[in-house]
Amino acid sequence: MHNSDSIDIFTSKDLETNQEVRWCPGCGDYAILNSVKKILPDLGQPKHEFVFISGIGCSSRFPYYVNTYGMHSIHGRATAVATGLKITRPELSVWVITGDGDALSIGGNHLIHTLRRNPDLNILLFNNQIYGLTKGQYSPTSEVGKITKSTPFGSVDLPFNPLALCLGANATFIARTLDKDAKHQQEIYKRAYTHKGTSMVEIYQNCNVFNDHAFDVFTDKDLKLINGIYLEHEKPLTFDSGKKGIKLIGLQPDVIDLEQHSIDECMVHDENDKTKAFILTQFFDNNLLPRPFGIIYCDNTKATLENGIKEQITAVNIKDKKLSFNALLMTKSFWEVC
Amino acid sequence: MNNSKKQLRDVVIKFAGDSGDGIQLTGNQFAETTALFGNDIATFPDFPAEIRAPLGTVPGVSGFQLHFGDAHIFTPGDEYDVLVALNAAALKTNLKFLKPNGIIIANVSGFDNKNLRLANIEETENPLENDSLNNFQVHKIDITKLTKIAVAPYNLGNKESERCKNMFVLGLVYWLYHRSLDKTTQFIEQHFKKDPSVANANVIALKAGYNFGETTETFAYQYEVDKAETKPGLYRSINGNQAMAMGFLAASINAELPLFLGTYPITPASDILHELSKHKGYGVISFQAEDEIAGVSAAIGASYGGSIGLTTSSGPGIALKAEAIGLATMLELPLVICNVQRGGPSTGLPTKTEQADLMQALYGRNGECPLVVIAPSTHSDCYEMAYTAIKIALEHTVPVMILSDGFIANGAEPWKIKTIEHLPTIQSNFITNSEELNTYQPYLRNANLSRNIAVPGTKNFEHRIGGLEKENISGNISYEPENHELMVKLRAEKVERVAEVLPLQKFENGNEMSELLIIGWGSTFGSISAAVNELILEGHSIAHIHLKYINPMPLNIGDLIKPFNKVMVAELNNGQLIRVIRDKYLKDAIGINKIQGQPFMVKEIKDAILKQINHA
Repeated sequence: MHNSDSIDIFTSKDLETNQEVRWCPGCGDYAILNSVKKILPDLGQPKHEFVFISGIGCSSRFPYYVNTYGMHSIHGRATAVATGLKITRPELSVWVITGDGDALSIGGNHLIHTLRRNPDLNILLFNNQIYGLTKGQYSPTSEVGKITKSTPFGSVDLPFNPLALCLGANATFIARTLDKDAKHQQEIYKRAYTHKGTSMVEIYQNCNVFNDHAFDVFTDKDLKLINGIYLEHEKPLTFDSGKKGIKLIGLQPDVIDLEQHSIDECMVHDENDKTKAFILTQFFDNNLLPRPFGIIYCDNTKATLENGIKEQITAVNIKDKKLSFNALLMTKSFWEVC
Repeated sequence: MNNSKKQLRDVVIKFAGDSGDGIQLTGNQFAETTALFGNDIATFPDFPAEIRAPLGTVPGVSGFQLHFGDAHIFTPGDEYDVLVALNAAALKTNLKFLKPNGIIIANVSGFDNKNLRLANIEETENPLENDSLNNFQVHKIDITKLTKIAVAPYNLGNKESERCKNMFVLGLVYWLYHRSLDKTTQFIEQHFKKDPSVANANVIALKAGYNFGETTETFAYQYEVDKAETKPGLYRSINGNQAMAMGFLAASINAELPLFLGTYPITPASDILHELSKHKGYGVISFQAEDEIAGVSAAIGASYGGSIGLTTSSGPGIALKAEAIGLATMLELPLVICNVQRGGPSTGLPTKTEQADLMQALYGRNGECPLVVIAPSTHSDCYEMAYTAIKIALEHTVPVMILSDGFIANGAEPWKIKTIEHLPTIQSNFITNSEELNTYQPYLRNANLSRNIAVPGTKNFEHRIGGLEKENISGNISYEPENHELMVKLRAEKVERVAEVLPLQKFENGNEMSELLIIGWGSTFGSISAAVNELILEGHSIAHIHLKYINPMPLNIGDLIKPFNKVMVAELNNGQLIRVIRDKYLKDAIGINKIQGQPFMVKEIKDAILKQINHA
């Protein structure tokens, strides 16, 4: 049991550690760190019940900078480590900090299997479309033709569409946000915390050293209006300051001009509708469609992994374990030598 | 009818047939009945890597070897007294280990033209019809036909009727060794509870086999093997994987901590997963992960949260886990890694036994990454060694690798049941409940250099750990050159200090005055013990040391080895422990090595030792 609420109250200031934050000046990671630190005190859970588990990469230094419990694990495996922790300690709030290389390349297998199993983890995927820690190689989210140290002639790999991948793996919560939008981030992180099941939040994060301006089209004051669309549950899909909307023709999304069309023609966002979520994840390699931000899909009906396990264990719980164990040793036919 | 009986001290039987013939079940039934009777016994199942290799072929042969006697039985036996061959392929595969004048019980239907062809034997070369088996006592019995006739009243259909033939053979062998049918009859009735006509047919086949022995004059003798003298107490039969699972479970109960098994199926380790996943009532969580790496990583996550993290695998899987084991070493968390070794490298020989992962266990990670390595020496020894692995991991906050192998895992022996109150207590170093102000230093050490682990959820103990080098005491990231050297040495010293709690090494046989010392480790215990016993009886002066603790070794090992001029190291690999012995104790040891996916024969070890003795 926790102590009284008054003792467990903490502030963002209490989350600071004695470790100097060592990301490059201007890195998008700072903004994400601040947003997370901002919302944690509001969640109603004591500080010592938060755990941040990361893999390897720039973003994975994150746990050192938050004064909760934390583990900086090995490349790609944070989701697996976190799963083991969450199964055994369901009362903890477990967060996974990962990047596009960590989660989608070396840790791709663990990511999809974590999503299908649905432990109540909050995964923050810092997507900067580059390998930063190893100083600038292309990543599984880098665009075709990208010139990097390892692709001097341009990358020929087609990139992942991360949220489509996650939805394909039966994720129960997928959302997208941006390092430059603190308010939006905080809303999404709170929702990720609330969701019972694995929450996958893709964060467009600028690497100002190796991949600067990668997301300018979504963050620039003017460009973001035409290139981004902010999702709200049960609201019609509109963007460009309400001048444009998305209409579904069958399963095909199309941009309509709201000066000529009624807003009633627009697709209405329903974060519980998986078919619509699939359509929204495909607003990706199509320059005509704006990129969605917000909660694309949320399914609260699926059981979490840890609950499933706990139910099985509770159902067959043995009270006197020692007595029962000794009997177990003799369940196979035994004999006595006198 | 005949009443001639012959008294024997020990007998080796090999049941062999197609992998669909129920050979393992037959062997296990004979083993249990014989153990119940009071013989000592050792068994060795030998099955094909393929689940259902083509019927009747050599790769499809499944075997079950058992050795029973009226004194302590160390091994499943080098050569068989009796070979039961249900088809031509089974005979072909096993004949070379049948003793001269040994008994062959051959199923004639299994040697028809089709079966000969499948076994790649020319039709004109049927071994039952030429003189190739003249040096053996061959009993040609049409087991298939006799079984079908016996079970005809139950109208089972051709295939199902034929399937009862293993029970016919078992009944016959029961008659031959004067054994009761009761145990197996009960088993059949239980096993086929839902299908009484199949149950009845199997019981009838069993009885028909027995009666066939009784009424025909096929066999000149019936044999008797007296009970073995054993210490009073309750006994059961147990194989290595079962014993391993029970030992882990016992440790979890006594430590009062949940056991978390993070693993991935792999031969020959999967049965540990199967066994532990049955025991959720004890709070055991078995997590079948997406791969080996996730298995061990989840176990590390569970350890971090204050549970007992366990991962089980075989060599190829251990290779994949190496980086995560390094993480556990750096985090100084308790973790148990169980390697049921098989023939390697790569996929190697999945169902065969080998001890070739010792170097992998000792050194197979990047950086200076020592961990505790222990190895049970018999099937039943897995129980206490598994328990010890968890005890050491928790009390010393260190990863422990326990090395079993295919032979230990699948072979069985009678075990004097050791109930849980007879096992030592276990203390963990987890801090879970404290209201102290935050003065916690994650890498402050206890006398044995273990650290106290504040688990997440403990108020005022928030801290961060990770795979980057730690600053001594504080656990903060540190790139300081001297600190790194200090930490490398501290981690090594922590492992070395485990030796202080280990039992001192004893001679299994002989003493420091003996002329030659043979050192073994792990599953070779039985073969080496039997060989040394025989050599001592023959007048030779031999000592035997069997290592169960390989890293660190017991404190007195150096002193024990020092006086010997002749030291031999027997192991099922190309020479691995021998390098450690040479390295640590500067002994010019001589290797006895076998790398055939099979345990040592007693004779092989005897010959190797005799060669050295005579060489002098």
